[in-house]
Amino acid sequence: MKKDLLEIADLSSDEIYQVLDTAEAMREIGERPIKKVPTMRGKTVVNLFYEPSTRTRTSFEIAEKRLSADTLNVAVASSSVLKGETLFDTAKNIEAMAPDVIVLRHPSSGACHMLARICRSRIINAGDGMHEHPTQALLDAFTIRQHKKRVDGLKVAIVGDLLHSRVMRSNALLLTMLGADVWVSAPPTLVPSGIDRLGVKVSTSVDEVVEGADVIMMLRIQHERMQGAFFPSLREYFNVFGMTAERVGRAKPDVIIMHPGPMNRGVEIASDVADGPYSVILEQVANGVAVRMAVLYLLAGGAEAD
Amino acid sequence: MPIVMDADRIARTLTRIAHEILERNRVLDELAFVGIRSRGFPLARRLARIIHEINGHDVPTGALDVTLYRDDLMRKSVGTQPVIQSTEIAFSIDDKHILLVDDVLYTGRTIRSALDALVEFGRPRSIQLVVLVDRGHRELPIKADYVGKNLPTSPTQSVQVYLAEIDGRDEVEIRE
Amino acid sequence: MGQRLLKGGRVVDPANGRDGAFDVLIEEGRIARVAKDLAPPPGAEVTEIPRGFVICPGFVDMHVHLREPGQEHKETVATGTAAAVAGGFTAVACMPNTSPVNDNAGVTGYILLKAAEAGLARVYPIGAVSKGQKGEQLADIAELRQAGCVAVTDDGHPVATAILMRRALEYTSMFGMPVIEHCEEQTLKGDGVAHEGFHASTLGLRGIPGEAESIMALRDISLAELTGGAVHLAHMSARQTLDAVRYGKARGVRVTCEVTPHHFVLTDEMLVAPVPYDTNTKMNPPLREAADRDAMVRGLADGSVDVIATDHAPHHYDEKQQEFDRAPFGITGLETAVSLCLDRLVHRGVLSLGRLVELLSVNPVRILGVTGGSLAEQAPADVTILAPELGVTVSAARMRSKSRNTPFDGWQLRGGVAATFVDGRVVYVNQDAGLAL
Repeated sequence: MKKDLLEIADLSSDEIYQVLDTAEAMREIGERPIKKVPTMRGKTVVNLFYEPSTRTRTSFEIAEKRLSADTLNVAVASSSVLKGETLFDTAKNIEAMAPDVIVLRHPSSGACHMLARICRSRIINAGDGMHEHPTQALLDAFTIRQHKKRVDGLKVAIVGDLLHSRVMRSNALLLTMLGADVWVSAPPTLVPSGIDRLGVKVSTSVDEVVEGADVIMMLRIQHERMQGAFFPSLREYFNVFGMTAERVGRAKPDVIIMHPGPMNRGVEIASDVADGPYSVILEQVANGVAVRMAVLYLLAGGAEAD
Repeated sequence: MPIVMDADRIARTLTRIAHEILERNRVLDELAFVGIRSRGFPLARRLARIIHEINGHDVPTGALDVTLYRDDLMRKSVGTQPVIQSTEIAFSIDDKHILLVDDVLYTGRTIRSALDALVEFGRPRSIQLVVLVDRGHRELPIKADYVGKNLPTSPTQSVQVYLAEIDGRDEVEIRE
Repeated sequence: MGQRLLKGGRVVDPANGRDGAFDVLIEEGRIARVAKDLAPPPGAEVTEIPRGFVICPGFVDMHVHLREPGQEHKETVATGTAAAVAGGFTAVACMPNTSPVNDNAGVTGYILLKAAEAGLARVYPIGAVSKGQKGEQLADIAELRQAGCVAVTDDGHPVATAILMRRALEYTSMFGMPVIEHCEEQTLKGDGVAHEGFHASTLGLRGIPGEAESIMALRDISLAELTGGAVHLAHMSARQTLDAVRYGKARGVRVTCEVTPHHFVLTDEMLVAPVPYDTNTKMNPPLREAADRDAMVRGLADGSVDVIATDHAPHHYDEKQQEFDRAPFGITGLETAVSLCLDRLVHRGVLSLGRLVELLSVNPVRILGVTGGSLAEQAPADVTILAPELGVTVSAARMRSKSRNTPFDGWQLRGGVAATFVDGRVVYVNQDAGLAL
């Protein structure tokens, strides 16, 4: 495996399956009375989060602690960054403390690539701007495989703000690599240029995309998008693109509904769908810890980074 | 490659060990097998089956993967991590007399890892060690309570156990 | 000042219809004679020109950011003109987006003073269209002209409104000065940082479509037609803009345009490899897709494009060492231009040397209304000597510019500058070229 996990392209399909299989074993640790193994004892992991995130950060933190690693949370608001320190200098300063792994979430696409060039630590991308969120895609694939026993050949529908979504990019790349049939849907204003070259089918009709789907993945709509004239109102968005029980009815009877969170109830997803029998949204969260433990284990193994 | 135990020999050895276990453990309800992955687990299952054939008693059997407890994990200079398999111990180990089962006892480090792992699952009353082969060269103060065969070896040799459940045949082989 | 005879070179001087083996006699800073087999006058210094070397009228880069006054940490007039002559340029036209903006005679005078002190390349200041480049009121253009400006621009931005552009075109036509336009429809550009396309999409970078440039080009071409003024489109990058230029020229509009070397060599694939998110591939207008790059090459060949200019935009190392979104736009260009032109245009058969000299010398001189572009007798001896077969390895560390922001570091190119003369003085000699000067 490469030194860093910055994007899905850093993994081969074999390595993806290796992560998923390892996550299986990691999941079991969460069911023991003592939810800890000594594997990363003495290793230091820095969680460097430039964007607020309760869900992802706590998921990584639990994963790190379950592996007995020493964790350090650097939250931007309370650090020298607000005093104008650049990412470059922050990275150099952290690097001087020689952490084994840095988990970075940052609002700029490519920030983790910059960090990887500067630091010898292993870098895990916890979400960079609009670029990628590889551990999310891995935990999504894990969740899919739990329910469907496989990924290849499944019809996966991804609906929502594709343009600004790093979760979409990582998922589209990972799922197509594993042989799924990926369909994406959004108003034309929110479809990134050239995205069909990733091997996904693009449609502005949610009904078409959801028809016979095995998996429906909803993406968050941010309220600020109305200011950019991407769509006129949340009400209209919900009417045309929202995931309602009626729309879910077009999918396969054993469809699973996923969402990376946090959800906007009544915007991209109706409450009864979010809480309904097909929803696996809470499982995704639980699986996040196991998958992140697997990534940490597989990445941090081996002696000094070369 | 000299074969030091064939299928028949292995079967008779396991039967003998099962009888020894019964001889030394008066109270059977508190017994439980925990087999160390990979080959300790099928050996544990066979022992449990033999005991059942002898007196109808069902000894619970679990599987333990010790990879995450190894002391050499983060030290390897070559990148790939060893594959982790599942740990499945469906019963509480508290107050039980655990019979830890492995195929080959060598340096003792695997058993050390297994003890660390077991202790996280609960507090057994006692732990005894069952091995099919003891090839010597201990690096830690670990001793087996039940040994199928003592095999003196040199450090350059390796001992490979093949079991039908995993390898399709039953054999113990020494390799140079 | 004496006499120097350049003997044995190939002279490429399209303004005077020359391309062949000619000797050039320079006297008192001017071209005295260009003829075959000239005998050296007594006392003249004779420079043997190696076989294959080419003698051209001095190159003029009409789009350079010298950064002085106000941003001397990036570049100064001294270091910028040193970089220029090392790149084979005998003159540069410098942009007004300094601090303070060059919208008055004081700043113009300051720049010319600094250029005279450095004594290297000539500097032709370009003044601002609007006061402070704010896009509200016209700057004192006549004063700028009087002080030495050769054109006006609000480069960095487009001229803010159609009405202001109209007035600027009308007003400057009094002086025969062009308005140089940075074509960009700002709401379409938004907060884009890269060309809108597959690569920006997969990298998660906000995109700038080609139409952001062409829409403004069409506005300005229409206004040039309306007013009879002259508009020069800076750093053209999109094929749609080139179509607009052809449309304008066909209608007899006074529109000219320039392309930078990076826009006829590179594409947005550079965002991904060799270094993903390399801020030395971030500039405005951005590197576009292959279809745009190829269209620029065709335009250079067929004459639709008038000028090659670098848009030399030095930035300090610290500023480029930031996240892609936050890094400033721009790369250097003075010291890589000629090798890129020789390697990618001349040696690939896209252009003849004569056409290259038009793009780098004859046309910029004509558009700016300055002297140069020719080796006619009595012309100032601004001469660029090229070594078209010289193997060049681009080295950012050895550049004379203060800044190192180039994506071409380490590139191996065929062809380079052997020497540069301004007013008959040798202002640059390439020690690796083998020209005894």
